Amino acid sequence: MTIGIVSYGAYVPRYRIKIEEIARLWGDDAEALKNGLMVYEKSVPDIDEDAATIAVEAARNAMARSGVDPSRIGAVYTGSESHPYAVKPTSTIVAQAIGATPEMTAADFEFACKAGTAAVQACMGLVGSGMIDLGLAIGADVSQGAPGDALEYTAAAGGVACLIGRNESELAAIIEDTYSFTTDTPDFWRREGMPYPEHGGRFTGEPGYFKHVTNGAKGLLEKLGTKPSDYDYAVFHQPNGKFPRKAAKMLGFTKDQIAPGLVVPKIGNTYSGSCLMGIAATLDQAKPGDRIFATAFGSGAGSDAFSITVTDRIEEIRNRAPTVSELIKDPVYIDYARYARHKGKIRLA
Amino acid sequence: MSSVPRFWRNIGIRYNLEGTRCKECGEYFYPPRNVCVNCRRMGELEPYKFKGTGEIVSYTLIHTPAEGFEGQAPYALAIIKLDEGPRLTSQVIGDIDKIQIGTRVKSVFRKLGEDGERGMIYYGTKFVPVDA
Amino acid sequence: MPGIKARSDWPENGVNIMRDVAIIGVKNTKFGELWERSLRDIVVEAGIGAIQDSGVSGKDIDALYIGNMSGGRFIEQEHIGALIADYSGLSRNLHVPATRVEAACASGGLALRQAIMSVASGYSDIVVAAGAEKMTDVGSEEASSALAAAADREWEGMAGATFPGLYAMIAKLHMHRYGTTSEQLAEVAVKNHKNGCLNPIAQYKHAITVDDVLNSIMVADPLHIFDCSPITDGASALVLAPAEIAHKYTDTPIYIKATAQASDTIALHDRRDITTLDATVMAAKRAYSMAKLAPKDIDLVEVHDCFTIAEICAIEDLGFAEKGKGGIVTENGETAIGGRIPVNTSGGLKACGHPVGATGIKQAVEIVTQLRGDAGKRQVEGAEYGMTHNVGGSGATAVIHIFSRER
Repeated sequence: MTIGIVSYGAYVPRYRIKIEEIARLWGDDAEALKNGLMVYEKSVPDIDEDAATIAVEAARNAMARSGVDPSRIGAVYTGSESHPYAVKPTSTIVAQAIGATPEMTAADFEFACKAGTAAVQACMGLVGSGMIDLGLAIGADVSQGAPGDALEYTAAAGGVACLIGRNESELAAIIEDTYSFTTDTPDFWRREGMPYPEHGGRFTGEPGYFKHVTNGAKGLLEKLGTKPSDYDYAVFHQPNGKFPRKAAKMLGFTKDQIAPGLVVPKIGNTYSGSCLMGIAATLDQAKPGDRIFATAFGSGAGSDAFSITVTDRIEEIRNRAPTVSELIKDPVYIDYARYARHKGKIRLA
Repeated sequence: MSSVPRFWRNIGIRYNLEGTRCKECGEYFYPPRNVCVNCRRMGELEPYKFKGTGEIVSYTLIHTPAEGFEGQAPYALAIIKLDEGPRLTSQVIGDIDKIQIGTRVKSVFRKLGEDGERGMIYYGTKFVPVDA
Repeated sequence: MPGIKARSDWPENGVNIMRDVAIIGVKNTKFGELWERSLRDIVVEAGIGAIQDSGVSGKDIDALYIGNMSGGRFIEQEHIGALIADYSGLSRNLHVPATRVEAACASGGLALRQAIMSVASGYSDIVVAAGAEKMTDVGSEEASSALAAAADREWEGMAGATFPGLYAMIAKLHMHRYGTTSEQLAEVAVKNHKNGCLNPIAQYKHAITVDDVLNSIMVADPLHIFDCSPITDGASALVLAPAEIAHKYTDTPIYIKATAQASDTIALHDRRDITTLDATVMAAKRAYSMAKLAPKDIDLVEVHDCFTIAEICAIEDLGFAEKGKGGIVTENGETAIGGRIPVNTSGGLKACGHPVGATGIKQAVEIVTQLRGDAGKRQVEGAEYGMTHNVGGSGATAVIHIFSRER
């Protein structure tokens, strides 16, 4: 049974704040930070945007790109760590806003930055088993970094939606297989009711990101019997510009392979949207027959790896909705005061 | 701000610009009306989903915000004429300095407001200027 | 007027009216922030004052109509008709029928209209028409929110519209299409303050300049705070009687030549043309037709200047200025006391104040006072015919009355 991506859509809010501006507030060394993180600015949601509105815009872009009848969608799953409600799903808001209701199932996902790819896997299962015709998986976030904390420099806003199906003539990219590597590792978390997450500092590196990404990637390569050089592109979860480069090197992927998908320097870490954003940016310019290797990582911890082959249909549908480059090309820069207001860091009466 | 059933009843209308059209006289209505203003009881209303494109008829920059819009001032409010004909009132976001009478706009999905920290969040449609 | 059809069988054409109506008593309370006085206090003062002015006895009163927009939001009180009848001493022994009338800011004008129809039809002889609003018992945000209920809550309010915002959009298009300027808008406020200085009950009795207006804070571009009428407490009352017996009570009965009302879409965005209040145009057409008069016959008019732009549109829509020329006419002084058509000698909503439910009645009190020759320093000499124009919301209701000195 062939399963794959019928369509995809991305959305990134227009506002940006530069590393220098955040550093100015806390008296940090902006140059050192930029060199260390390889992130120069991050996206900021507008005052009336949240993970739900971003998920809707990404989903609507995916629907516009595909031209598919929304009533065929049998499942909508949204992954985020900044769902607007603790109880009441984002997925039903998205489903209503794209006209997929009522004959469908929905639920929200959370697994830190890999909630979006976990949703993709769930859709693959439902579609592959014949339970549904099409499934929509979304990763969207307006992630919060505590003021003055290192994560504040990279916690950004954005989302990507993937429409999963099995009708070969409709697939823009085939997902040959997926493999996940999951353990109970407390490298980063947020307790109920707390506004900002906690993280383990350097603990999030090796025991977190690198262990799971490398094991996840190697596991899929072994399972498929493929090597890094069999792929044209690679995408790794991008919490900053350094980690995916290092992971690529550790696994034997090249700088050129990861280049098109590496968007974090310009928009920051979109959390549940991060790996999917890299996949979207890669699909935006991939050619039919190109192979993409993607590995998402979510703290907590786990990785989802995917082996993807682009089909002819990508050329047909690509330009029916904005590409990632088009979405991020006209940013509006704001200062910390405005950023704090937009992110709800200022408690209004 | 609003009550739960009152908002819920209008979700499709707010999220997806669902309105009506009178088959008798051809006029489009957004939001959907109970009775055609031209034909009254003789009219026949059918559902219609608007494209979301239009132009600004008039606008203002509101400095003293409405209830529920505290913390957002100044914001742009406009009367927008949808391409199919009907007009609506909406916040216009994005480059509000560039707004003029006649500016073309398109719809986006945004938060309209919320009932405080514990209450319901209201979503709906706002508009952004598009370059010609 | 293009696009507007008047009904030919409308009662205003004199077909079905039983008898003429006159005003025999008037009273305004002071308008302003009346911290010491409650709604009951001010309505009783206005009501008793008007009854005393008329010379009727409480026993003669057949009905009471009271305009009040939002007792519920301002003082958590509904059933205003019953409340006022009670506190005026008219309910326990006399059981006078009392009706609260609501049409947003046109509540007062509409209460007068209901009272007129009650007398004209023969149902009642002596009727009190009152209007009152107590707005300062809540904070100004709550007051603004209560006022916003006069718009379309679902499709204007929830989109972030405020009243200044709606009228600001009218102003912007009026300026764009006709070249009306911010200075011309300011002249409306300047003139009304000048008149307010001469009105003992006005909320503001100080003069302002065009610069004062233009330098005041922007509320909704292009309207500054001085382009907007204030939040006010106040009450007004009138006593009505059949014209044929009015002379039993007063030497100066003032006659109702016309009462007219029209509706339009509640939301501004649904109007045919937002720079013209079709409800005003239609009500005016009906009023002139009923009175058999034309704009040139009117000697003075109280218009609904909730915002400066509203006065400019009003004088155009009532026929006192060509469409688009309202700003120029104002700038030229044609609407000042002594000008071609004095507008808002009371100080208007801007300077006299705008206790919402009371305004329509206060306008009538001003016209009656002027036609009686009792307006002191703001007297329009030789006034024969006066008009009042009261609007609800952004123009969804318009109520117009024409008064005359002679029967």
